[in-house]
Amino acid sequence: MKLLTCPMNGPRNISEFQYLGPVRLSPNPEAASDADWAGYLFGAPNDRDFQREFWRHTPSNYVFVAERHIGTGEVRRTYDPGEME
Amino acid sequence: MPLSLLKYGLSRDYPVTGDIPATPDLKRSYDVVIVGGGGHGLACAHYLAKYHGVTDVAVLEKGYLAGGNTARNTTTIRSNYITPEGIAFYKEGVKLYGEMSGELDFNVMFSQRGQLTLAHTEATLRSFHLRAEMGRHMGTRLEVVDQKGVEALCPRLNMDYGGPLEVLGGLWHADGGTARHDAVAWGYAREASRRGVEIHQRTTVEAIDVEKGRVTGVVTDRGRVAAGAVMIACGGANYEVAKLAGVELPIRCYPLQAMVTQPLKPWLDTLVSSVSLHTYLVQSSRGELVIGGGSDPYMSYSTRSTLEMKEHLAEGAVHLFPFLKGVRVLRQWAGTTDMTPDYSPIMGASPVDGLWLDCGWGTWGFKATPVAGKRMAETIAAGKVPDILAPFALDRFERFAVLNEMGATAASH
Repeated sequence: MKLLTCPMNGPRNISEFQYLGPVRLSPNPEAASDADWAGYLFGAPNDRDFQREFWRHTPSNYVFVAERHIGTGEVRRTYDPGEME
Repeated sequence: MPLSLLKYGLSRDYPVTGDIPATPDLKRSYDVVIVGGGGHGLACAHYLAKYHGVTDVAVLEKGYLAGGNTARNTTTIRSNYITPEGIAFYKEGVKLYGEMSGELDFNVMFSQRGQLTLAHTEATLRSFHLRAEMGRHMGTRLEVVDQKGVEALCPRLNMDYGGPLEVLGGLWHADGGTARHDAVAWGYAREASRRGVEIHQRTTVEAIDVEKGRVTGVVTDRGRVAAGAVMIACGGANYEVAKLAGVELPIRCYPLQAMVTQPLKPWLDTLVSSVSLHTYLVQSSRGELVIGGGSDPYMSYSTRSTLEMKEHLAEGAVHLFPFLKGVRVLRQWAGTTDMTPDYSPIMGASPVDGLWLDCGWGTWGFKATPVAGKRMAETIAAGKVPDILAPFALDRFERFAVLNEMGATAASH
């Protein structure tokens, strides 16, 4: 079983987590063009590199950020969304 | 050694031939370079050479022939999708599978024994009625069957009467079938190379040359090659290869896992899928049960299996057919799928002139091998996208004209 370290609950089995996808910030609805919206809805960062992702620890319903390498699976860091730069 | 055998072995009347020649030296230029030596790329090469007279073609494959998703899929052939555009396209694919052994003079072991998808909930059953009507309208063989119909089609199935996963009905697709994946790829490869197409295995594309918005060639680990046109058909590597030309595809990679049991006597005629259990089974012509198909729930380029997913597949298989509990798993694997937002492929033009896309095949590419190859060959030869491929254009996303096949794709390959 793979492990993921929840910032609140410590290392837990991966089956306790729900993947919520890469962190993407929604465009400004006042200024966004159709192309901006299409990019936000359908565009996908998919580089073989570390990416910031939202994960949820299901039993505690706690959402956090993980920096995970989608090529190697290595998780570099997990932290509370409030610490996101 | 008996003399008579030696006589045959050395006779000019019985020359020693392989299916494809050894990898030749790379030329400096080709009319068409196809990146990716899987089923799709090889099929395109075949149709280019046989029907369009385009034989100055190089297929570049990083690994070995058909060793990526062509080897890792679970060989389901069907056309029971939901959008008219999708059904029209996949229907042509099923038809071409029916003709393939003759077309290639190569036995691809196409077995059209029908696919049965199970509904365990009312909601699934309602969606089946919608798909059946669409399928009928588009001219495919697709109907909803009740519990008695399911029992008749698949007598050994656990109906779970009164249980939480009671089978309420099924979607019966008489056109569905399966074929031998290696034979499909090798049949196309042999026919293409017989007509002059060069197949370069262990040849990695490291860059794509673009000048003034037009593709001019590729750089490989064996040297630079000029090309009049380039097609990308690399399965799980599509995102990364397209990016070499500055093209960003709306693709995310997820591993898809499957496994095969020890060979059993023939007992399962149909392909069986369960939407709720995310499990499907087919018995291969060798008697092995092919069990798929679980996608890992998070993005990854990994081609390693996980214990959780294999447990999940085993649980689904044993639920549907409890007598499988003592059967052993023989092989298991994963492949990198290039998933699109709407579960439909991306075919046709790219923002770079002369760079053609046969991408976004996610978990649904094997069934489209002949039709994608045929239609992409037509596209490349004419420099123009035929009507049947137009809905699958990359720019559909910025036009918000998506082709949502998610419900017709999940766990029902």
